[in-house]
Amino acid sequence: MTLALATDAPPFDLPGVDGSNHALDDYAEGPVLAVVWSCNHCPYVLAWEGRMSAIQRDYADRGFRLVAINSNDAERYPADSFEAMKQHAAEQDFPFDYLYDVDQSVARAYGPKRTPEVFLFDSDRRLVYHGAIDDSRDESAVSEHYLRDAIEATLAGRDPATHETPPVGCTVKYRE
Amino acid sequence: MDIELLYWDGCPSHPEARELLEEVLASRGIDVAIRMTHVATDAEAERRKFPGSPTIRIDGRDIEPRGAAAPPSLTCRVYYLPDGRPSPIPSREELEAALT
Repeated sequence: MTLALATDAPPFDLPGVDGSNHALDDYAEGPVLAVVWSCNHCPYVLAWEGRMSAIQRDYADRGFRLVAINSNDAERYPADSFEAMKQHAAEQDFPFDYLYDVDQSVARAYGPKRTPEVFLFDSDRRLVYHGAIDDSRDESAVSEHYLRDAIEATLAGRDPATHETPPVGCTVKYRE
Repeated sequence: MDIELLYWDGCPSHPEARELLEEVLASRGIDVAIRMTHVATDAEAERRKFPGSPTIRIDGRDIEPRGAAAPPSLTCRVYYLPDGRPSPIPSREELEAALT
């Protein structure tokens, strides 16, 4: 079951590629938090992750934080192992935390089905937007900037005009 | 000419790949039905040497031989556009080159 709108963010405490653990409470000071399901191997993630970095950089000075979580079963998909995550994050110079949900418990609490898939929370950590980053994997064809618009609205204390969109990407690789 | 598009329905890219392939075939006046093959299990991926979805073979030859060498897996396949950007489907240019 995917997290419903207006639901509180489920807690997490996960290892990051930077060698430290990161918990939901560590981001408490940020007025807006995006939790994005991601991974290394998916071409949709590869097509969108540059935009994830740009969004983090563009809104960093307003306190926005983006955290990416990989929950994929690395036994079946070795390209999504923690070691591979560290290498990929270093190559891409991610400006956001990239965390590993090895037992998939955090994914089961949030319920993502795709990578990438966004859960955006307001300052009370209630879900205000869920879905895609924007409306095209091809950056040159984007016409709707769902995540940017939701961040702008939430930072301004407004309700986002769009609350949910269908995420497009690879399936989250849950263990059976 | 035999054109086979192998796909796994856990990856959403195959309709877009099929549409682009049909466009390229039509632009070249090639009137051949695309054979759609669903790969549903790891064992089938292994047997068909399926490196990810979508995989397009023309007369049995993969349109992108480098990616074809990846280990068989039920996964989304990564292609690269002429400008180097990653993509879940091959580029028009790649399809045209494979049909030449």
